[in-house]
Amino acid sequence: MYLALFLASSSALLGYLYWNTAGFLTRQSEATVQAETIALVNQLDDGCRAALVLAVITKARDPRQNLYLLEDTNGEKLGGNLDAWPDVAAAEDGWISFEYGRRTVEGEVEIHEAQAVATRLPDNMRLLVGQDIEERRRLEAQITNALAWAVGAMIVLGIVGGAIISRNVVARIDDINRTAKDIMGGELSRRIPVSGAGDEIDQLAENLNDMLDQIERLMSGMRQVTDNIAHDLRSPLNRLRNRLEVTLMKPASQEEYAEALERSISEADELLGTFNALLLIARAEAGAARDGMAWVDLSALAQDAAELYEPVADEAGLTFDVDIEPALEYRGHRELLAQTIANLLDNAIKHAGGDAGGSTIRLSVKSRGMLGAEVIVADNGPGVAIDDRERVLGRFVRLEQSRNTPGSGLGLSLVSAVTRLHGGDLRLEDNRPGLRVVISLARRARRRPSDIAAE
Amino acid sequence: MQHQSIQAMGNDVRVLVVEDDVEAAAYIVKGLRESGHVVDHAADGDDGLNLAMSGQFDVLVIDRMLPKQDGLSVVSSLRDEGRTTPVLFLSALGDVEDRVSGLRAGGDDYLTKPFAFAELLARIEVLVRRASPGEAQQTKMQVGGLEMDLLSRKVMRDGQDIDLQPREFRLLEYLMKHAGQVVTRTMLLENVWEYHFDPQTNVIDVHVSRLRAKIDKNFETPLLHTVRGAGYTLRGPE
Repeated sequence: MYLALFLASSSALLGYLYWNTAGFLTRQSEATVQAETIALVNQLDDGCRAALVLAVITKARDPRQNLYLLEDTNGEKLGGNLDAWPDVAAAEDGWISFEYGRRTVEGEVEIHEAQAVATRLPDNMRLLVGQDIEERRRLEAQITNALAWAVGAMIVLGIVGGAIISRNVVARIDDINRTAKDIMGGELSRRIPVSGAGDEIDQLAENLNDMLDQIERLMSGMRQVTDNIAHDLRSPLNRLRNRLEVTLMKPASQEEYAEALERSISEADELLGTFNALLLIARAEAGAARDGMAWVDLSALAQDAAELYEPVADEAGLTFDVDIEPALEYRGHRELLAQTIANLLDNAIKHAGGDAGGSTIRLSVKSRGMLGAEVIVADNGPGVAIDDRERVLGRFVRLEQSRNTPGSGLGLSLVSAVTRLHGGDLRLEDNRPGLRVVISLARRARRRPSDIAAE
Repeated sequence: MQHQSIQAMGNDVRVLVVEDDVEAAAYIVKGLRESGHVVDHAADGDDGLNLAMSGQFDVLVIDRMLPKQDGLSVVSSLRDEGRTTPVLFLSALGDVEDRVSGLRAGGDDYLTKPFAFAELLARIEVLVRRASPGEAQQTKMQVGGLEMDLLSRKVMRDGQDIDLQPREFRLLEYLMKHAGQVVTRTMLLENVWEYHFDPQTNVIDVHVSRLRAKIDKNFETPLLHTVRGAGYTLRGPE
């Protein structure tokens, strides 16, 4: 199919080439002969018969010139370089093809092909103007020959080349299929070989490999999350079970049973809370929450969170500074961002102060122009030592100093996961004293359109 | 003890529970019956829709994932037929997006599994009350000596002005709208703050105690009560 198409198009190309070269030669020589004829006949019109004869004789003397023969009615030669009128009838288009003997420089006679046009003149004369086409024929033959070879070579090359290319393509597609089968068979780390040619198949292979990498990353992330959840829920579940078992071991009063049950329920609630938090972190980490992304009024969101925690801070005797730049919009997940700020405020309130009096927490949200926005929550509590800063972002990490405060150790893990989900950057800094958590949300902040219009 | 407010309602509430998980269904049905409700149960979407169509229920509790026909389509069909019986969705899918799709299909409330039974009871009660007739848009509400004017946004108790912050006003408004009913912390968080997550510290308690200080502190009879293991209730003297 492709071969046929290839042959048809190359034949068309060669045909055009032939028409342009050999055809051009023919057309040019025909035009020359016709022009000569007209020029000679014009001689007759201008003057007299002698001028024509003279012109024919003059022209005929040049050996490179065309062929001429001027005769009168009796067949007597008046001038020209042909010996006799060719006894061949003219073809339909008026051309006479004939052979004649040509004397070479050495005096020998060669038989050459020629082509001529006969013109009947007044006074019963007739004029033959022609051209030796031996050279042309030879050239044409050469061109035809060359083209025929070209066609032959093309067919051979086309078939062989096509076979090689398609064998190559098929082999590479086979590679892809084999790799896919291996991967389906469980060899998840297999990748499609890339030939390095940089062609479409390579691009396909690279894209498929990237896709496989991404899938593997997600899968191993999921596996790690399930492992962690299994590990982290086992011990509290065990505790719960033991409590119930111990309660059953000795007879107790109605009230004691009720109390044990209530404690178990609240422990189960805590477990569920932990479980939900873990799932939320996993979802944020896997990027599954991307569907929920929309333009969010970050300023209002932060304001609401501040308002939610203000009485809590007040109750704890803290000064709560809020500094929120108005009308900042950000493309993100409303729930998760709200929970992130809530978690940070919660942490700050738990850890602020320590030393008596003057304890302060601070929430600020500000634009960084083209760079995005920054959410900062700071407290003046004991802070986090530099060595621990990376560690506290992990799941269930609770520092020794905060063992006695309530909490699951998941708050900052969620903050970290949500920040990453939003393509942001989370930094824990020294607030001298205390902890300063800075979330830089990249690039996607904007001013509310109405505010831009108002400016 | 924590179910007293529903039992105090006197007239029976008829509840249809559509839930395919046998154990979960048994637990919900038992709990609701013990709280004094009349309960029917369907185990799949088709049965649930047929029963619900009979129109003899005050509230429908429907699981989202059901055999034969999922909960969303059951509720959509009901609403297409013009049935306005309030629907409470139960679902293991707790994302905001899932919640939105449930409410869009015609659900009135959405409770994520696992849930506390007190939470389910409180929400059922709120839904039933909301659906009962004679509850036109009020501009004034009154509980005991406590009055709220929704137009002038003024609150008075026994003739004394009470000054509330905007959020405190919304909190009290919600409590007064559901006076006599138990409202849970989650319900307050969802309806007053529009948050669908669980803050680690009990921030709601702090807000409620602030509100309590303003409306109850200088008065003899308290109106805002804590219901242990469930939430809060605002009610006038018996």
